[in-house]
Amino acid sequence: MFEATSLNRRNRQKEGLVRYLFLLMTLLLILPVLIILGVLVAKGGPVLSMDFLFTYPTDGMTAGGIFPALVGTVWLVTVALLFSVPIGVAAAIYLSEYAPDNWLTRLINLAIINLAGVPSIVHALFGLGAFVMFFGFGTSILAASLTLAIMTLPVVIVSTRESLQAVPMAFREACWNMGATRWQTIRHVVLPNSISGILTGVILEVSRTAGETAPIMFTGAAFFLPFLPQGIFDQTMAMSLHLFVVSTQVPGVPEHLPYGVALVLILMVLTMNATSIAFRMYLRNKKKW
Amino acid sequence: MVSAPPPPETSAKIQVQVRDLTIRYGSKVALEKVSLDIREHEIFGIIGPANSGKTSFLRALNRMDQMHSSMKVDGQILFRGKDVHSWRNLYALRSKIGVVFPLPVGLPLSIYDNVALAPRLSGTKNKSDLDEIVERCLQRAALWDEVKDRLDSLGSMLSGGQQQRLTIARALSQDPELLLLDEFSIAVDPVTTMKIEDVLKELKKEITIILVTNLVQQARRLADNTAFFLTGECIEVAKTEDLFTGEVKDPRSRDYVEGRFG
Ligand SMILES: Nc1ncnc2c1ncn2[C@@H]1O[C@H](COP(=O)(O)OP(=O)(O)O)[C@@H](O)[C@H]1O
Ligand SMILES: [Mg+2]
Repeated sequence: MFEATSLNRRNRQKEGLVRYLFLLMTLLLILPVLIILGVLVAKGGPVLSMDFLFTYPTDGMTAGGIFPALVGTVWLVTVALLFSVPIGVAAAIYLSEYAPDNWLTRLINLAIINLAGVPSIVHALFGLGAFVMFFGFGTSILAASLTLAIMTLPVVIVSTRESLQAVPMAFREACWNMGATRWQTIRHVVLPNSISGILTGVILEVSRTAGETAPIMFTGAAFFLPFLPQGIFDQTMAMSLHLFVVSTQVPGVPEHLPYGVALVLILMVLTMNATSIAFRMYLRNKKKW
Repeated sequence: MVSAPPPPETSAKIQVQVRDLTIRYGSKVALEKVSLDIREHEIFGIIGPANSGKTSFLRALNRMDQMHSSMKVDGQILFRGKDVHSWRNLYALRSKIGVVFPLPVGLPLSIYDNVALAPRLSGTKNKSDLDEIVERCLQRAALWDEVKDRLDSLGSMLSGGQQQRLTIARALSQDPELLLLDEFSIAVDPVTTMKIEDVLKELKKEITIILVTNLVQQARRLADNTAFFLTGECIEVAKTEDLFTGEVKDPRSRDYVEGRFG
């Protein structure tokens, strides 16, 4: 008859141990997220209301709502995306589908990876020098969004390229062999099968952009403005900077107000991430190979 | 050693003429100085162990060296009398040459779209024309009866054997003059293999077929002439039956087909 040896038994015990160790690590990872959310909801929840979202700050920003900051963040993120998505996706398509495998391509790839590691405050200074001063856009939504776009480009490129590379090479070869050009192959086979990954990457990017403070501080975001921006050459308030301001720069702010701002910011980010996850799940159900 | 092409034994026109074909990947030689002729409406078999350069040979024929940056091709390949290296429009060249890979590639499109893709890429838009092409190609690939009620389902979800026939239908939808098959039966069950072999026998009435195969008996069943490749050399080109029972120039050819190799 078949008997478990002592080695079998030890392996089985080890298997159980290792499994719970990994589970523990995962739980440890979720814990801070839960704590942050819990504190924010507990302390910021009470101030949440329609009024809070849709009115201007009052009394030297110690009371009232966050409407201009909310609108400003939407402006900044949208304009930044208008630049970073087309440029990033096109660059990723080039690098993944067209670029020959030579030293230049490898150098560009290396540069992109390194660019992703540049601290955001450095991007802020670059944006100040390039867009605000050299191009003369002044402190404006345009300058701030361009700075954000440059900062997010490497990430858009990397995530898009990864989605493209996930499409099996055999699909491309099959198309080329039937006389399809590279572009026909990309359009008919590669893009339709990587679009979910690309969009997921973009949405995650949006949520990161929404939270950035440093890059917009010198380039387009204002402490306080009693009106909404009318175009891309105006300055604007922004959620992330507003949070910084009410937490540290203004005396006499009631304790719950910064938590309320933070909660709204986090909810924005979570909503976008949730959209991205839902979207990914929807498309995964239609997974085709 | 350069093996000379066999003397023409029929009056059939030569479809593909290969002279001194050498293929390199970087500095590594994958195929050296191959010369052979392939006639219209024949099945031309290529046998040989792994890494002998069979797939590289097929790649060179439809200029896939363009898509593999390290691949370099020297020598002449005349397709219908014209060197494939002088075709200005490679896409036109490739659309005349159908290819079937070792592992079936059902594109992640519907069965219908798999077969309609090539005609669409070359400009056929009319729905009834496409319907007609799809049905005809699936019929010829012996797949129509199994899928005619679910043309909308995904081609990549069919079984391996069905996907391989779908791949053949897709290759036929290009209306090719030359069909390249690279070890098509590796991932296919024996019953499907037999079905496909019957299909090929029918097809050769209309087009020329190059059949790379790891099964010498398959070459024997199907091929009119067969070449034996060994580590980048074309050891022998002969009438298929001669490889098995007649005279061979190189004893290694006989050893290989009789399974006494290595
Ligand atoms: N894309 C490639 N890059 C580099 N070397 C390759 C590539 N494809 C094939 N080779 C090499 O060329 C030789 C012939 O390969 P191949 O044509 O695939 O032989 P076969 O199809 O007979 O197995 C092998 O030594 C293989 O390693
Ligand atoms: Mg091969």
